[in-house]
Amino acid sequence: MKKLKLNKSFWFGIVFSLILYGIIRVLLTTGVLDDVAESTLILVCINVMLAVSLNLINGITGQFSIGHAGFMSIGAYVSAILTLNFDVPLVFALLIAGLVAALFGVLIGIPTLRLNGDYLAIATLGFGEIIRIVLLNTEYVGGASGLSGIPAETTWTIMFFFTLLTIVVINNFIRSSHGRACIAIRENEIAAEAMGINTTLYKVIAFSLGALFAGIAGGLSAHKFYVINPGSFNFLKSFEILVMVVLGGLGSTAGSILGAIVLTLLFTALQNTPELRMIIYSVILILMMIFRPKGLLGSTGLSFMKFGKKEAKPDDVISESSSS
Amino acid sequence: MEYFIQQLINGISVGSIYALIALGYTMVYGIIKLINFAHGDVFMVGSFIGLFSARYLASVGLPPVIVLIISLIISMTVSALLGISIERLAYKPLRKASRIAVLITAIGVSFFLEYSGVFVLGPQAKGFPEILNKKQYQLFGSSVQVDSNQIMILVTTVILMIILQYIVHRTKIGKAMRAVSYDMEAARLMGINVDRTISATFAIGSALAAAAGVIFGMTYNSVDPMMGVLPGLKAFVAAVLGGIGSVPGALVGGLLLGTVETEISSLGYSSWRDGVAFAVLILILIFKPSGLFGKNVREKV
Repeated sequence: MKKLKLNKSFWFGIVFSLILYGIIRVLLTTGVLDDVAESTLILVCINVMLAVSLNLINGITGQFSIGHAGFMSIGAYVSAILTLNFDVPLVFALLIAGLVAALFGVLIGIPTLRLNGDYLAIATLGFGEIIRIVLLNTEYVGGASGLSGIPAETTWTIMFFFTLLTIVVINNFIRSSHGRACIAIRENEIAAEAMGINTTLYKVIAFSLGALFAGIAGGLSAHKFYVINPGSFNFLKSFEILVMVVLGGLGSTAGSILGAIVLTLLFTALQNTPELRMIIYSVILILMMIFRPKGLLGSTGLSFMKFGKKEAKPDDVISESSSS
Repeated sequence: MEYFIQQLINGISVGSIYALIALGYTMVYGIIKLINFAHGDVFMVGSFIGLFSARYLASVGLPPVIVLIISLIISMTVSALLGISIERLAYKPLRKASRIAVLITAIGVSFFLEYSGVFVLGPQAKGFPEILNKKQYQLFGSSVQVDSNQIMILVTTVILMIILQYIVHRTKIGKAMRAVSYDMEAARLMGINVDRTISATFAIGSALAAAAGVIFGMTYNSVDPMMGVLPGLKAFVAAVLGGIGSVPGALVGGLLLGTVETEISSLGYSSWRDGVAFAVLILILIFKPSGLFGKNVREKV
């Protein structure tokens, strides 16, 4: 009975998002929303993908990673090279880019995920920076100036379906038995191990699944903004994604989506005052953490679900009972 | 061989800067388990205060050594106050919140300082006044050179280290700091004013970072609002390398990292320099996560 209910809300979420997609598509083709609005929407979706995938690592599995921009850059470079030099269609390029990023996730995950807490955070930060420096020193990918002239093929349609795919896959993963294992690791790693969960395996799975979608998001952003260079994927970018996740509520997929939307829109709205933008942004960040450290949807936020935002209900309940 | 020694000397002066910043990281981490990402920006603020006071004092016409000492003291005092205010305003309300919330706040404070700097001073780099005239000295008749600036860096670092050792091991507040970092709750029960001790830690750490900022300005002659980011991050690597939470570890880690970096760039791989710092970090984390001087803490069920 309960399963049926979840399925119902799942399909409700899908239908709702498709309707949302349709409306925006119509508004875009009729010209009610201009190019700037389309760019903003695509940027929002890229950030939603990044935030949701990072939330799987940080919020659900409890492995504190701040190297997400590194995976994003791998995806961006791989897909850009595939479309530029090998004329691979965008969708395949993105999938390959995601897989390569996931492979790196496994390679980086196996040694570092033995660490915990702050040490893991620093190690992932270090790996993110190493990826950036390797790209910076590789002539094939343009060194410091990066790659340019990447075909701008990321449209609202492609962007939307990849975002939907990310949310559906990650949310279903969280609700599966594998996701439960990841949550158990977050709650207490030793207890989880004692219950027979292969903690290393699940940590690496979560890490590489997050890397996969970060890679795809990186590829999409490369095909939106024509130019990529190593400087755009430094640790500030990783922080930006982390801030979205925490601001929305760590461990809540709906929270990550909301955090990404709010912060991207805030950032775009402040674009006209570039000097003050980061100051306002940082003050909001500090005040938010002081007055609402659990994030926007950290403990409440169930009412938001009524609007059908991909029923992230189960993990909200979990984060409510656990975040202490 | 002489070339190697020359690079070693250069490395030690870079390493001293890292070590001074790393001390702030390690002390704050030792006491409240927070990676204070804003620390690199306190270093930047300290450097700018040093710049402005040195400019003013030099225009008054004081002798160079006095200018240096007074601007160091001004910069360290102001930065110590800044450190205390950051702790009071941003971190203290979060004492009971989750650690990730405090970490995000630290990132927020870091952005705030950086972009306030850009807003007030502009993004361009500013020239740091040459306080002491640079003089070259030959060492032992060989071709190894030491300039007056490097001697000044070493002397300042050593003096500050001695003062720090004295504060930590011989004074009441130092004893309180060690007690709080050992066990905060027990220290509170023993009647130690924990909040004041934490403030003192921030003050000392920030003052050391400010001293590093002034030294940095004198060495590279150029300061800008974003200059704190990379040295901050590398000083953090140095703190981890030495064993985070350990004061001698920060010193050794800083010097080691500075030397390795300089040697790498002298071998012609200067664009890989930053990568090497992080590679060292990861190797240390994988093989000896507690660092060179850190205590190994076993996880208990």
